[in-house]
Amino acid sequence: MPYPPALVAPMREEMTRMGARELTSSAEVDATLGDQKGTMLVFVNSVCGCAAGNARPALHFALQHGVRPQQVVTVFAGQDVEATARARQYFAEYQPSSPSIALLRDGEVVHFVHRHQIEGRAPQDVAADLKAAFDRHFAVAV
Amino acid sequence: MTGHVFHPGHQELHGVTIVLETLGSRTYVGRFHSQDERGVELHDVGVHDALAGGTSKEEFLRQCNRFGIRPEHRDLLVPSNDVASIRRLVDAIG
Repeated sequence: MPYPPALVAPMREEMTRMGARELTSSAEVDATLGDQKGTMLVFVNSVCGCAAGNARPALHFALQHGVRPQQVVTVFAGQDVEATARARQYFAEYQPSSPSIALLRDGEVVHFVHRHQIEGRAPQDVAADLKAAFDRHFAVAV
Repeated sequence: MTGHVFHPGHQELHGVTIVLETLGSRTYVGRFHSQDERGVELHDVGVHDALAGGTSKEEFLRQCNRFGIRPEHRDLLVPSNDVASIRRLVDAIG
């Protein structure tokens, strides 16, 4: 059962302040992830403590990096149920967990961060892993 | 993060994805809920049974780490007298 909108509003705002675009319907997910070109980060948001204490702060730190995805989008597990289920179809080989983070390049998942790789870890450590993944998958060869 | 309680008011590993090795052939991967004299309670639990053939335990853990845990049990209580060790999945992978 979704939480009251007022309760989760700050969790949504934390994402949009970072420049993430919210996808709240299947149609928005398909329009964004279908035939996706370039580089993209999909953040599966959550009301749980490791989203607030670990995952969202980690993303904030990671997005300060010189190499970053061209687009950052987010779906909210447990809140925007239809959009989240639809987004997960685009990375269906990965078991669902939230929070989680998918990095895509031209529609293909090139890196996935599960909840178990976030929980109990310092945001800076999770961010360091994300930055390394940005460098590995999103850096432009010159 | 030694001494860090992930969910205040709960045991240190509450909510953390762990690998529980039993004294028998089974290894469980799931979210730790609690541990008491009855045993260890886990949620969303994947299972590897060394007697079942198929992938090795090490490969099973690598797959769990990379693709996530495919749960076979929503809730599971592993009896105390069957618990050999408990580690975080991220530590078990190295």
